[in-house]
Amino acid sequence: MAQAIETKELTLSYGESIIIQEMNLSIPKGEITVFIGGNGCGKSTLLRSIARLLKPKTGVVCLEGTEIAKMSTKDVAKQMAILPQTSVAPEGLTVLQLVKQGRYPYQTWLKQWTKEDEKIVNDALKATGIEELKDRAVDSLSGGQRQRAWIAMTLAQDTEIILLDEPTTYLDMAHQIEILDLLFELNEKESRTIVMVLHDLNLACRYAHNIVAIKNKEIFAQGKPENVINSILVEKVFGMECEVTKDPLFGTPMCIPCGKGRCILKQRGMAHA
Amino acid sequence: MKTYKTVRMFKGRISFLVDRRAIKVFGIAAIATAFIFIISTGIGEMTISPLSVVKVFLGGGTEMEQLVVTSFRLPRIIVALMVGISLAVAGGILQGMIRNPLASPDILGITGGAAVAVVGFLAFFSDENNALTVSIKWLPLAAFIGAGIVAILVYILAWKNGVSPFRLVLMGIGVSALMQALTTLMMILGPIYRASQANIWITGTVNGSTWDNVSVLVPLTVSLVLIVLFMTRNMNIQELGDDIATGVGSHVQRQRLIFMIISTALIGVSVAFAGGIGFVGLMAPHIARRLVGSSFGALLPVSALIGGILVMLADLVGRTLFSPLEVPAGVFTSAIGAPYFIYLLFRTRNS
Repeated sequence: MAQAIETKELTLSYGESIIIQEMNLSIPKGEITVFIGGNGCGKSTLLRSIARLLKPKTGVVCLEGTEIAKMSTKDVAKQMAILPQTSVAPEGLTVLQLVKQGRYPYQTWLKQWTKEDEKIVNDALKATGIEELKDRAVDSLSGGQRQRAWIAMTLAQDTEIILLDEPTTYLDMAHQIEILDLLFELNEKESRTIVMVLHDLNLACRYAHNIVAIKNKEIFAQGKPENVINSILVEKVFGMECEVTKDPLFGTPMCIPCGKGRCILKQRGMAHA
Repeated sequence: MKTYKTVRMFKGRISFLVDRRAIKVFGIAAIATAFIFIISTGIGEMTISPLSVVKVFLGGGTEMEQLVVTSFRLPRIIVALMVGISLAVAGGILQGMIRNPLASPDILGITGGAAVAVVGFLAFFSDENNALTVSIKWLPLAAFIGAGIVAILVYILAWKNGVSPFRLVLMGIGVSALMQALTTLMMILGPIYRASQANIWITGTVNGSTWDNVSVLVPLTVSLVLIVLFMTRNMNIQELGDDIATGVGSHVQRQRLIFMIISTALIGVSVAFAGGIGFVGLMAPHIARRLVGSSFGALLPVSALIGGILVMLADLVGRTLFSPLEVPAGVFTSAIGAPYFIYLLFRTRNS
């Protein structure tokens, strides 16, 4: 299968401390890939580096076979979009003004709003269901709407590959599902390659074709959720005991943490005794 | 009526999405600027009706009116307008670059650098009789160089794998404080006569502007502002943050350096000819943001005009309110600006 992104011997660091060590990673084209791992394991750093927001210490990132550092940044922007973790829109900026900026790599000073720009921006607004909000200020929207506006901006970039760093953080469960469904459909209908960092393991299993678990600066495991997610992996990657069963709706792996908590099962047993 | 109008010309070779409201606001601001320009030219020791002022502009009017308008008033009013435009545009750029609506030309220490240069100039080139040993004409150049050196210094100090807005502000505040200390030190050590002269300069005034000043200031301001208008797209994207800007293919660090150079040049020319007129660079872009939103294509032109209006009004009040005493325009911009700043802080505290 064709690879959308590859890293070769990629080492990443912040100052002296190494975050990712000599990683060789392949991300398949046209699939949803999700990075998982404990806090501070470097999954966001890896994503940022793939998006050229962070220079590798050594090694390279390749986009469809070409070294990203050797491409013009605008050409990269036409193939790959990134939505970073937290983005703040300037006060009073409207949704349309924000989404329109996704067209940046295609614009010149004289061509700032071509028919194509207009069509793609409208499509992005439609796909994210925020057409009616386009004249509202971004900072006046709810969390879910705001996130959709940012996603619309990345869609307006009209790229094969979309990277998202924890797109569901700060959203309630309903909005999380809504955003992930949206990304799922983009992948399904337009076979775009989606790479994201997610914290919720169960949602990751449900939406991802391909899971990359990161631990100790390296890839711990990679593959279909059904093949890689089990209680041993969770124990090793997250340092947490759990039981893995099947999601009752989707049949995908579902992780139930052991931990502590009120135990109704036990209490019931005790009441009978 | 829809908010935006799509403009496409020459078979799609030129295309824009125009904000109707911004055009309307800009039109009103332009009319207001022209109006205040004319009124201000007419008011003074000898009052000339607005109609006569227009007549003089067109080459008519009495000889006396011509003398007062063209020799005494026009140069300083044009300087006031240009200085206001420069400061407002520079402030708008800095606010976008630093991504903070409270940023202003003073915060990066650039005005402070110019002040040190001016005070130093007055102190070092004075002889025992308090006479300047070189022509006062060199003062603007000294101010400009001072502004430039400090801007470079702040930029270099803030450098760490590129320049982050946050580090720029921190370094700017530090360097600002240092410059203030230097200014005070030199004013105390220098001749007393020079200290008061320096003080007027630091407060900011357009008094004593000449056509020579105008002939330098106008082409510089106009060309810098035109360059800025070609860069609004890059500013818009940078205001979304470095990550987003890089993600859509903008050369963030290169653009930031260019913005820094242009805003320093704008501040430098205005400081050179009118001293440290405060708060215009803070207020004008902020008011403009309220009126037309934060898209720079609309924000900067409107901000420029508001800046021009503010300085022209401050100068008008300064030279008429306590006549025959001249109060520097900077006193009035600060008198409105400082409370405005407190109001802004107060508002952000509550949001």
